[in-house]
Amino acid sequence: MQSTENIKKKNDYLNKNSFDIVGVEDDFQEISRPRVSYYKDAWRRFKQNKVALFALFILFALIIFVVVPPILSSTTFNQIDKLSRNLKPCSDHLFGTDKLGRDLLLRVAVGGRVSIVIGIAGAFITSILGCIYGGISAYFGGRVDDIMMRIVEILICIPYLIIVILMSLILKSESIGTLILAMTITGWCGVARLVRGQILQIKSEEYILAAKAMGVSSFRIVTKYMIPNVIGIVIVQITFAIPGYIFGEAFLSYIGLGIQSPGTSWGALASSAQPMLAYHPYQLFFPSLMIALTMLSFTLVGDGLRDALDPKMRK
Amino acid sequence: MEKILSVENLRVSFNTYAGEVRAVRGVDFNLHAGETLAFVGESGCGKTVTAKAIMRLLKEDIADIKKDSKIIYKGKDVLKMSKKELQAYRGDEVGMIFQDPMSSLNPTMTCGNQIMESLILHRDLDKKEARQEALKMLKLVKIPDAEKRLDSYPHELSGGMRQRIMIAIALACNPSVLIADEPTTALDVTIQAQIMDLLNELKHELNMAIILVTHDLGVVANFADKIQVMYAGQVIERGTIDEIFSAPKHPYTWALLKSVPKLSNENKQELYALEGTPPDLILPLKHCPFAKRCKYGMKICHEIMPDATNMTGSHEVSCWLMHPDAPKIEADFHEEVK
Amino acid sequence: MSENILEVKNLSKSFQVGKNLYLKAVDDVSFTIKKGETLGLVGESGCGKTTCGRTVLKLYEPTAGEIKFNGVNIEKLKGKNMLNFKKNAQMIFQDPTSSLNPRMTIFEIIAEGLNVHFNLSKEEKNKMVKEILFQVGLSDSFGNRFAHELSGGQKQRVGIARSLIVNPELIVCDEPISALDVSIQAQIVNLLIKLQKEKNLTYLFISHDLSMVKHISDRIGVMYLGSIFELATSEELFNNTLNPYTKALLSAIPDAEPNADKNNDRIKIKGEVPSPINQPKGCKFSTRCEYATEECHKSRPELVEAKPGHFVACHNYKQFL
Repeated sequence: MQSTENIKKKNDYLNKNSFDIVGVEDDFQEISRPRVSYYKDAWRRFKQNKVALFALFILFALIIFVVVPPILSSTTFNQIDKLSRNLKPCSDHLFGTDKLGRDLLLRVAVGGRVSIVIGIAGAFITSILGCIYGGISAYFGGRVDDIMMRIVEILICIPYLIIVILMSLILKSESIGTLILAMTITGWCGVARLVRGQILQIKSEEYILAAKAMGVSSFRIVTKYMIPNVIGIVIVQITFAIPGYIFGEAFLSYIGLGIQSPGTSWGALASSAQPMLAYHPYQLFFPSLMIALTMLSFTLVGDGLRDALDPKMRK
Repeated sequence: MEKILSVENLRVSFNTYAGEVRAVRGVDFNLHAGETLAFVGESGCGKTVTAKAIMRLLKEDIADIKKDSKIIYKGKDVLKMSKKELQAYRGDEVGMIFQDPMSSLNPTMTCGNQIMESLILHRDLDKKEARQEALKMLKLVKIPDAEKRLDSYPHELSGGMRQRIMIAIALACNPSVLIADEPTTALDVTIQAQIMDLLNELKHELNMAIILVTHDLGVVANFADKIQVMYAGQVIERGTIDEIFSAPKHPYTWALLKSVPKLSNENKQELYALEGTPPDLILPLKHCPFAKRCKYGMKICHEIMPDATNMTGSHEVSCWLMHPDAPKIEADFHEEVK
Repeated sequence: MSENILEVKNLSKSFQVGKNLYLKAVDDVSFTIKKGETLGLVGESGCGKTTCGRTVLKLYEPTAGEIKFNGVNIEKLKGKNMLNFKKNAQMIFQDPTSSLNPRMTIFEIIAEGLNVHFNLSKEEKNKMVKEILFQVGLSDSFGNRFAHELSGGQKQRVGIARSLIVNPELIVCDEPISALDVSIQAQIVNLLIKLQKEKNLTYLFISHDLSMVKHISDRIGVMYLGSIFELATSEELFNNTLNPYTKALLSAIPDAEPNADKNNDRIKIKGEVPSPINQPKGCKFSTRCEYATEECHKSRPELVEAKPGHFVACHNYKQFL
């Protein structure tokens, strides 16, 4: 299937030197595609996921929302204004006011700080703890692994609500610290199992065997060979855990076990707005919207991250 | 011998992050009833992509089959078949066996059920009849204890047995064409011999045409009728077994044949090894793709694609060495191949 | 007279696969390798050759038997001596993809050996890595790349470079070319032979590809279900085969020469390899051997020296002399 153009081109090339033997081009092995590191490649794949990218943008907007308005505003979130009670959303108060006349937008923003901090802190702490625990269990294997995993299985069985109640009773305080402690005390178990599974899988990879054959120290094997290959999973895990902790805090505050006044969180706001739902629905609407939006965005970003960081997805 | 499959100007590309990878660049061939055609080449030459294209197994969102490609099976263009026609085509007319039997068999279905599935779908048999047929197939592929094996799961069988099950599934509906994609690469040498013997027998009994995709020249020599040698997505030489093994004309074919250590070689003698690696298929390559690694590469080889020269009716080569003005190096070939 | 660099005596390795269920992967195996020679170990899947190779390097703890490296029993080695052994006895792995850490650059992968065994400055390391890359045929630019950017053959060269950079004496090559294309196999084998000559290396070459093993080895051992069935020089093994299993194995090799007659000469072994957990009583091959006699079903043949340097384990080997 030669086009006339091709035939013409051929005749142009045919001259008396065309058939001189040139032989093999002396080139060493070279790679023609551009260098691409793992993270750069992952970022490129993430960018292709429009939904995840949009969710990331929403998260940034949310962070700006919880940080900026309280700083810029002339009033504080706690400022009681008896004259402006239970106002619907208007130009002065974009989200309306609550029963004490406090501006809801500021309250939602400040509450957001607490909720998000708890979410991220909770997720981080449990993930790091779980990582270490699962890593040690998997690395040593055998009896150590058996015992450590049995402990985890028992802890997972304990309903976490009971633990939270117990903790707040025992510690007799209801600060953010206690809340985080209560939520994370068994939260790391799931991560431990996940990381253990991953590390067990990596343990059987040949490059670990190769490192052992070379005499590489155990410490270096864990830090340079195992952890970098597990980090992707852990990052995704953290991202997915955050919505869980945000909701956890909201739920606890809602039933009265979480943040109490004068502090506030989305859950606390929802809780105090609930009795007035029929009359002032907007008071419940905005905190709930924020919770839902944040949880959804983190989940979508987590989804995108998981797809981006999974090397097998590489086309 | 009638022509049952005819492929014309098959071109397949994959859209990747780095650009368009042209995996198959204009492949054509004909397959006649009862004939065995081998696709020979190394990884990346496009032989598996070609085989999958024939079965229309390439994922539509990743693989792009170009418009003027044609795959004509018994008069109908496979690339234009409707979903219904495709379902009848796959399994009933053309069967395929894959390289790794463990990952190609469903681990949660018994072997019997997997064979029966094909029969029930294409032959409209009821369960009882299908089971009888499945039993017949297992006996055909020489599985011992066939009755028991109908209810075994793939993980209970060895590699050789699983490959036989795959063959049974592929042949259940008596297709006219069987595509075997590296059927013995994952198997031990003695099992390989058993499987190839089996395929040989079945070929004659069922009068099937077979497309054998492989990189193992030993398997090809004892099994195929015709060969097409592929490199960088193109067919660079084709011919009958005798023509290719005794009088190869393309430097790549010759290199392939020479790379396999012959039992008569001297111990630790330096093997003829081609330097370099196949070209990255992202590159457009308007010239002969093998030029860079070819000992006999000429200036023109680096500039323009060679035509296909017809040596005898069945022996075709795409190489500038065939041009009347090119230096004659035939003598060299034969010396070294021996 | 070169001494024995490796002496293996009655080596056994079993794995526990269930309650009171053991898989004997390596069963009473003995062989020696002289310095500078290549011993090929062939057999089909499940014969124990890979396990044997790994046990010899102490990657698995032997269940029984003795391994001596340069005359020193490696069983009790600890600390510095163990590290020294690991430096001198290296391994090249089968799967080039999974044997390289996906998160390290090629430079880091190759330099790892230097980090463990030597105390070198950054410049010295750079120099040595560059030189090794050159010796295995890769350009300098590979240092910054990651494993997933390389082709199979290139990855295998990196695997070879990694082992070579610490100047080992013995290299166990565990199916180093099985995962590669035919023309790349030839490149790698030529490279291995060249390096052996230049650096006086000793190889234990494990493979199921008989033609390649014959090409590269001085002596060859044939394994079946964990035992050595025959051990001889390459020439002897191929031309004066004494064990029926070896005969069948050799005849099953598809020769790249179209020859209708060959198919009729081929010895067709019936059946499949028995399970390694439930090994046959008597000779392990007796269930499939066409020469099996009553004695074969009753007792295991010992590995005897049938001719000088040619060992075989078969009750009936005399009929093949």
